[in-house]
Amino acid sequence: MSVEALVSQLKGGLDAPICLTWELTYACNLQCVHCLSSSGQRDPRELSTAEAKQVLDELRDLQVFYINIGGGEPMVRRDFFEILEYSISQGIGVKFSTNGAFIDFDKAQRLAAMDYLDIQISLDGTDAVTNDAVRGAGSYDMARRAMDNLQAAGFGPFKISVVVTRHNVDQLDEFKALADSYGAQLRVTRLRPSGRGADSWHDLHPTNAQQRQIYDWLLAHGENVLTGDSFFHLNALGDEPLPGLNMCGAGRVVCLIDPIGDVYACPFVIHDEFKAGSVRDDGGFAKVWKQSELFLELREPQSAGACSSCGSYDACQGGCMAAKFFTGLPLDGPDPECVNGHGEHLLEGVALASNPKPSMDHSKPAKVTAVSVSLGTTRNVVSVS
Amino acid sequence: MLDTALELHPQVALRPEPFGALAYHYGNRRLVFLKHVDMVRVAKDLGNHATLQETLEACEIAPARWPSFAKAFESLQSSEVVRER
Repeated sequence: MSVEALVSQLKGGLDAPICLTWELTYACNLQCVHCLSSSGQRDPRELSTAEAKQVLDELRDLQVFYINIGGGEPMVRRDFFEILEYSISQGIGVKFSTNGAFIDFDKAQRLAAMDYLDIQISLDGTDAVTNDAVRGAGSYDMARRAMDNLQAAGFGPFKISVVVTRHNVDQLDEFKALADSYGAQLRVTRLRPSGRGADSWHDLHPTNAQQRQIYDWLLAHGENVLTGDSFFHLNALGDEPLPGLNMCGAGRVVCLIDPIGDVYACPFVIHDEFKAGSVRDDGGFAKVWKQSELFLELREPQSAGACSSCGSYDACQGGCMAAKFFTGLPLDGPDPECVNGHGEHLLEGVALASNPKPSMDHSKPAKVTAVSVSLGTTRNVVSVS
Repeated sequence: MLDTALELHPQVALRPEPFGALAYHYGNRRLVFLKHVDMVRVAKDLGNHATLQETLEACEIAPARWPSFAKAFESLQSSEVVRER
């Protein structure tokens, strides 16, 4: 079977997801301006430890080989290690994303002793100024301390996870060098206008010239850098596709379970329109995955719509559903970051503030801050405390 | 390749899918697609026969398809889904 045939099979959906993200909590010690889940405060409806274990039992029965755990900051949950250990004991490997705040040397040693565990430390700048403008004061040092502790504890190759923005795109080589210095693996992913990202996207997303820079850099560093296949919209820039599956996996091979058990098509679309059901419903996660109306619809052939007359559609697949949705663009049209400029042109026609807002917002109440860092000029002012 | 004695790697789990199966290696954490149901049948049966060719015969795979199976299993061996025994 060719790669094309396989991709068309995958678009029809799998019996269980390959890449399942589970945000364990909306609670977070940070308030990153681009947080895809608008995290901050814990949701009182959060799944209990017993419910979390039931979900893991289901995933084991479905033969989900590994899960990506995130948040919020997953390590703020008191039962974090209990859930982690239970998952691994059921044969479900875990990769968890963290800002590193809670990885002291003792925790690093505990983590290093576990099998089938990957850790991904988020970092959005190779210096404190660049990183902290997005992730908050002190977050650079916090992440580096966690990396130092993991290294000292002999954890092995952890991952450094970078959301590529206008302000850190010139640091890609430095990120790689930093990862290499720890024997870590670099992961770079695309910024989406999801969660609080809806407010910061216009000021943070790479320029069109920078998109070319990212594409060229990824082609050069290809196999050694993880991307979550998130840059496939850049494939329209050249004849050589980026490594990975060139497709949107939402509801087909990918999905999200949020902290209260709601199941969404992907981590970047926490919005009622992309909610397929809940693990608390009768039939649990399996029924949502196999039978929800939304997921069955996503597995049908999708229309190229306004992109059908563009010669690049086969390469870019129209881009990212979440990026279109949260910038107010139609789903069957170009991505807002369409490298041919078709999306940018359409964005001008979207009335200011008419784009959909996330259905839930767990951000902490705004604090009056002495110092506010202004990102950008007219469109948004984001205060970082 | 055809006269090699192979087995499914003990750290590999196979999950049936409409197109064949997903193979996950818990050691190197690689996910590999087995893109045909016949591949899955053969992969599961490898340990029961002396060589790949004998497994293909036992699974009633037509000899005309053997070269493509040999190639596919070579690639599965390099990704450690199967190993020599």
